[in-house]
Amino acid sequence: MDAIFLQILNGLDKGGAYALIALGLTLAFGTLGVVNFAHGALFMLGAFCAVIVNKLLSLEHVTIDPTKLSPWGTPLEIRSSYLETYFGDFGLVLIDYSVPIAIILTIPIMLIVGVVMERGLIRHFYNRPHADQILVTFGLAIVLQEIVKHYFGANPIPQTAPEIVSGSADIGSWIGLGAGVVYPWWRLVYFCFSGLVIFGVFAFLKFTTFGMVVRAGMHDRQTVALLGINIEKRFTIVFGLAAVVAGLAGAMYTPILPPDYHIGMDFLVLSFVVVVVGGMGSLGGAVAAGFLLGLLQSFASMNEIKSIIPGIDQIIIYLVAVIILLARPRGLMGRAGVMED
Amino acid sequence: MSFKEININRRRLLQVGAAAGAGLAAPMHFMPGAHAANSCNLPTGDTVTLGFNVPQTGPYADEGADELRAYKLAVQHLNGEGDGGMLNTFKPSVLKGNGILGKKVAYVTGDTQTKSDAARASAKRMIEKDGAIMITGGSSSGVAIAVQGLCQEAGIIFMAGLTHSNDTTGKDKRANGFRHFFNAYMSGAALGPVLEKEYGKQRRAYHLTADYTWGWTQEESMKNTTEALGWETVKTVKTPVGAGDFSQYITPVLNSGADVLILNHYGKDMINSLTQAVQFGLRDKEVNGKNFEIVVPLFSRLMAQGAGDAIKGILGSTNWNWSLPDEGSQAFVKSFGAEYGAPPSMAAHTCYVQTLLYANACEMAGTFSPQGVASSLEGFKFDGMGNGPTEYRASDHQCFKDVLVVRGNENPTSPYDLLEVVEVTPRSQVEYDPSIFGGELGPVNNGNC
Repeated sequence: MDAIFLQILNGLDKGGAYALIALGLTLAFGTLGVVNFAHGALFMLGAFCAVIVNKLLSLEHVTIDPTKLSPWGTPLEIRSSYLETYFGDFGLVLIDYSVPIAIILTIPIMLIVGVVMERGLIRHFYNRPHADQILVTFGLAIVLQEIVKHYFGANPIPQTAPEIVSGSADIGSWIGLGAGVVYPWWRLVYFCFSGLVIFGVFAFLKFTTFGMVVRAGMHDRQTVALLGINIEKRFTIVFGLAAVVAGLAGAMYTPILPPDYHIGMDFLVLSFVVVVVGGMGSLGGAVAAGFLLGLLQSFASMNEIKSIIPGIDQIIIYLVAVIILLARPRGLMGRAGVMED
Repeated sequence: MSFKEININRRRLLQVGAAAGAGLAAPMHFMPGAHAANSCNLPTGDTVTLGFNVPQTGPYADEGADELRAYKLAVQHLNGEGDGGMLNTFKPSVLKGNGILGKKVAYVTGDTQTKSDAARASAKRMIEKDGAIMITGGSSSGVAIAVQGLCQEAGIIFMAGLTHSNDTTGKDKRANGFRHFFNAYMSGAALGPVLEKEYGKQRRAYHLTADYTWGWTQEESMKNTTEALGWETVKTVKTPVGAGDFSQYITPVLNSGADVLILNHYGKDMINSLTQAVQFGLRDKEVNGKNFEIVVPLFSRLMAQGAGDAIKGILGSTNWNWSLPDEGSQAFVKSFGAEYGAPPSMAAHTCYVQTLLYANACEMAGTFSPQGVASSLEGFKFDGMGNGPTEYRASDHQCFKDVLVVRGNENPTSPYDLLEVVEVTPRSQVEYDPSIFGGELGPVNNGNC
């Protein structure tokens, strides 16, 4: 029972990440009709926003101690952070909270990145075949990866959650499962955060005039344009919003998985499967499929399941995708006619 | 004469062509090594070219960059530039700092990308196009075994870089390949007594293992060692390489009854699984009346940086560490630090040493021919290279030397001070009968020399 409960939490947590990335991906497809293979790179850029904020907050000044030597015979360098020097304990608290601070800064940065990407590159490929879009966005993803690797190296860079949520929650005693059932605090925070972002995106599209116009544009772009509404401008902002969602997902994920330049690619393929299973362009489908596949992946990794079907944890997502696409080519919640040809 | 006159049509032509092709290719198929260019690349001018095949892109690019720094330093020292580094401490040595056999050392580089096919392609290019007389480097056992096989076919000496699988000098050993780095068996043998001393004889271990050649041999070695101590193996679980999120593999550990988690992971997998195991509170748990412990059999300082605070207090083993006080290690650290502003990694150390050993073997043999070099290296005993008295065992081309058991430093004094040496395990304790891993060295392929 304990094991099943923990795997449910793992699945929801993983599903939260998949759903966030897939949401942005399907948002871009639903509005602009663009298959964006650079979406994983946006997740990676968000993660590196957290790295950069941490590096900025931890900036050090170096003093030379001529009385001591390093192991290679040069005068010893003594490093201390500016924030600690000037603000004492408050400076240390700021460094401790670097990931939450990064979350706030990630929003405008990723919005700008998204808008620049759409205006500078993606819009030139609206009327081109999907194959062209895939090639150019995949190329862009590789360029972004290599830029990040050039400046930050290939090794993962650890980020820590604030001290207050760095340990494990004794979740078992909360629900009467016993004291041994624990779950990392930050993963619980991540799950709640992903729920909040998903709710925010849906509320924005459902309850604002801007969202109403965008939804109308997703259904019939030409008619909305004929009404004198600049739908392209709104779609550009939606692309920026998709970049923000991916960036937030990345920045929040850094205490769970130390980010490196390749982290976006690791999620990209899975996210595409999530989008296809959910239905291309279907926001609800992306979220539902994200959580569904996260849960299936977690359960398939249980030793009891693997002892019956070895290797099932590796193929479960793709197996489910094949079955769903055979039975329902438009995906779980996709609109009729979309990607059914 | 036309096709018509000899009664040939397009189908007939294709049939004849296919039969002729198959006939010509058949003897090649039955000749060992016939598909590789049988090289020699004996230098004819005043330079000799070495091929440094390291991961310059991909997940181990930082480790590859450190290996390349070490190789460049070795080339400088061999050519009589810089402070000489370990050339001053290596004994017995016939190196004079005037290149190799009087020829100035030059080098070419290749990018393994930590992929076997890419590594073989870059090694092949360096042998066939650049005239490299020796290939060295790598950060993965899969790559090392693949490139070693290619060098055997091509008649070129391969001096392996970082490769820790028992198979490299076990079932996949080749006469043209030599490994200075230690292996999974030695990690287990070195860690055993320390684990017993620190954690006792009544333990229950759970293994998470990277699902490829290195992981399998590492798990087998650790399992044999811990079971010999009296530990019980609760479960061994293979995890996909590059899994990223290991939470679904870690949660079953929580209620498995195990009180030790052994992470047979390296690189990014080690960073992620260790970080996440600590996040899941494993180190704060008490099971069977004992503190829960985590063991990482193969530690690398470069990789340990990625795990941050999670490595504090974790036991593991390593081939070499820059904090070693011996004369050879300090000479190398001084040269490397002065040149690059940071201490060398264990991968850098092994690559530097391999280059010097190869050069010395050429000088001893008085030739660059693989046969001569291999004869010099087989059974060669040396000291002053950082791990105490060392021997290249003739029967499997594996180096035997002291092995370090290390612990993640609780109070690091610098960004590089991540590992604290707990014990220097003497060479006698990690030696083994070469027949236990099978394989045949076979004859040295001397190429066209």
